[in-house]
Amino acid sequence: MNMNGGQALMKALENEGVDILFGLPGGAILPVYDPLIDSSIRHVLVRHEQGAGHMAEGYAHATGRPGVAMVTSGPAATNIVTPLCDAYMDSIPMVVVTGQVPYAAIGTDAFQECDTTGITMSVTKHNYLVTEAADIPQVIHDAFYIATTGRPGPVLVDIPKDIVDPNNPRSAMEWYTPDSHDLPGYFPNQAGDAELIRQAAKLICEAERPVLYTGGGILKSRGAEALLELAEMTGIHVVTTLMNRGGFPDDHPLCLGMPGMHGNYTAVTAMQEADLLIALGARFDDRVTGKVGEFAPLAKIIHVDIDSAELGKVRRPDVAIQGDCRVVIEELVKALKEMGGSEAQPDRNQWRSRISGWQERFPLTYEQSKGDELLKPQYVLEQLRDSTPSDTIVASGVGQHQMWTSQYWKFNHPYTWVNSGGLGTMGFAIPAAIGAKAGRPDRMVWAVDGDGCFQMTAQELVTAATEGFPIKVALINNAYLGMVRQWQEMFYEERYSEVYLTRDVPDYKMWAEALGCVGLRVESPEEVGPAIAQANEINDQPVVVEFRCEAEENVFPMVPAGMSNSDVVVDPSQRDQPR
Amino acid sequence: MTAADGGGTTTLVVRVENKAGVLARVAGLFARRGFNIESLAVAPTDDERFSRLTIVVGVDAAPMEQVVKQLDKLVNVVDIQELNPSASVERELMMVTVRAEPEIRGQILDLVRIFQATVLNVGYDEIMVSLTGSPSRVDDFEGLLRPYGIVDVQRTGKVALPKLVKAAPDPLAP
Repeated sequence: MNMNGGQALMKALENEGVDILFGLPGGAILPVYDPLIDSSIRHVLVRHEQGAGHMAEGYAHATGRPGVAMVTSGPAATNIVTPLCDAYMDSIPMVVVTGQVPYAAIGTDAFQECDTTGITMSVTKHNYLVTEAADIPQVIHDAFYIATTGRPGPVLVDIPKDIVDPNNPRSAMEWYTPDSHDLPGYFPNQAGDAELIRQAAKLICEAERPVLYTGGGILKSRGAEALLELAEMTGIHVVTTLMNRGGFPDDHPLCLGMPGMHGNYTAVTAMQEADLLIALGARFDDRVTGKVGEFAPLAKIIHVDIDSAELGKVRRPDVAIQGDCRVVIEELVKALKEMGGSEAQPDRNQWRSRISGWQERFPLTYEQSKGDELLKPQYVLEQLRDSTPSDTIVASGVGQHQMWTSQYWKFNHPYTWVNSGGLGTMGFAIPAAIGAKAGRPDRMVWAVDGDGCFQMTAQELVTAATEGFPIKVALINNAYLGMVRQWQEMFYEERYSEVYLTRDVPDYKMWAEALGCVGLRVESPEEVGPAIAQANEINDQPVVVEFRCEAEENVFPMVPAGMSNSDVVVDPSQRDQPR
Repeated sequence: MTAADGGGTTTLVVRVENKAGVLARVAGLFARRGFNIESLAVAPTDDERFSRLTIVVGVDAAPMEQVVKQLDKLVNVVDIQELNPSASVERELMMVTVRAEPEIRGQILDLVRIFQATVLNVGYDEIMVSLTGSPSRVDDFEGLLRPYGIVDVQRTGKVALPKLVKAAPDPLAP
């Protein structure tokens, strides 16, 4: 079938199962926006290209399918660099199509030209500059394959205007459906080595104080069920890193919750005291380990990861297994069953009672506001958690509100937590929530945002309002760049430098209304529940609820940067407790 | 011992797809991960789909295992061989122009003869020679020429292949 490159691009995207595309047109990508009209793919018109990228990420987080964004060349391409880097750090499958100036003009500093593949080389799993229209079907097929297999990640496809412009003879091509990949250097491996899996099983059967240290690889590999079976069969406690919240139910008696810099005391301490860490799809991030040299000093390490470069990157494992988390866990469960299953596990009652002792002495805690004080953000999050369905998808920005959300939410379903972990991208919440809602229209979607974050990407609420994505935003307004304020309080002798954002400017309620949302403002604890209930009832419009919160509230526990996890700082009310 | 004087280096022979931008991906990866390239030689292989990079990396500067694993993640990198100097044959080409007034030209030609180097070009007070050899032999030659006054020197960086099996298979083996 004869067609032009632009038609071929749309057909190729349709063939990959793309149902929704987040984007914004411009000069170089313009020819592709014409065949888009005739395509089955829904396009969501964003207000800023960064929004398109984060929406694609939110979609991928919530569905497991690759998110797709399409923007033009030059400034549009540079605007989407942040989401690409975010997706790269958090291993999010995403395909971004960018327009480029005509092939013959590349290198001439043409209008809206930039070296997109050069700029994005270090923040993508792979990228392409397509030079011939005939290459489009194969490149798109390869791009989705690379984005979604092995360790997932973003792939960028840069397309010069002339090969998609029907008025240019260079766009003429004959359609073909690619049925294979010619990628001689790319072999994503799934299965783990059987002998290493047996060695891991043996270590597990010998461990007295084991902890399952589970990361984003659980969710990426659709491995939550396998993890549950492994934990229940062995009776081993589970910590869920920021990237695996929801990958193991918070209400499960074996769940210890989030470890790390703002993890709860028990999760941090159990890892620190463990004699075996079974790291599954986790990468020993500095926010989890604290000072690496003093991290879990007594523990042997089993490390399972699809990316062999993670094995030994930070901590030398005793058993390193390269493979897909779900596949390896299933094999590990089999190997453990052959060794006797739960019968073969040693008596770990002493360890269990130490863990429950920590849980009793050091629960998450805060002091409820009194009298005229503004709201406590933790209270707001508890109320939000308790007044929304358990399968609500919650997206967050980056900072204190993110940590409180991860701490206080009860994640009992996989793919309900959408956040920016590795890159820590402020402004992630609103566009990511829109993407999640686009992927899961059946679910309630709340974005929890800070006032600093909100001001970075609030314009995408226009997209939500006009494109019909009734997300809800809980805006934790504490008038500060709160996490930076906390660090200045704790580590810079309360010398506050450029962290005050003001309490009343902008007027968030009016701003929300101007953006096409319902705007609500809450200042006292009694109003919190009713406002959430009101927001939950609104399904034809986005809602922004501004919660006016105490500025001086800090996130605890905290392991100060560069310190050992053994030096975790607990809430002031718990500092007399025996460790 | 530093990487520059030949100790503490590892040679990686990296086969890559012969596509635009691949060298930039490899070089960019070294820069981004904080690894240091001591020398780099690039050429197409007998199969035109692939090129071969010979990269000398300072091992003190980076954990070699991480270098190899991160390189291997590049989609265009097909395979990587880590060559131990004692198990490989290494060659480097040097072209050098050295001061050679007529009265001392003979001394330089002595060195050329001893090293089995080649005279490429002669000027009234300079001489251009080339030498192919192991990197340490090239170092020696360069060191001996230096007192005469090196005007210009260009070295290719080394290329290497693994040493071949010496023992023939036992014809009586089953």
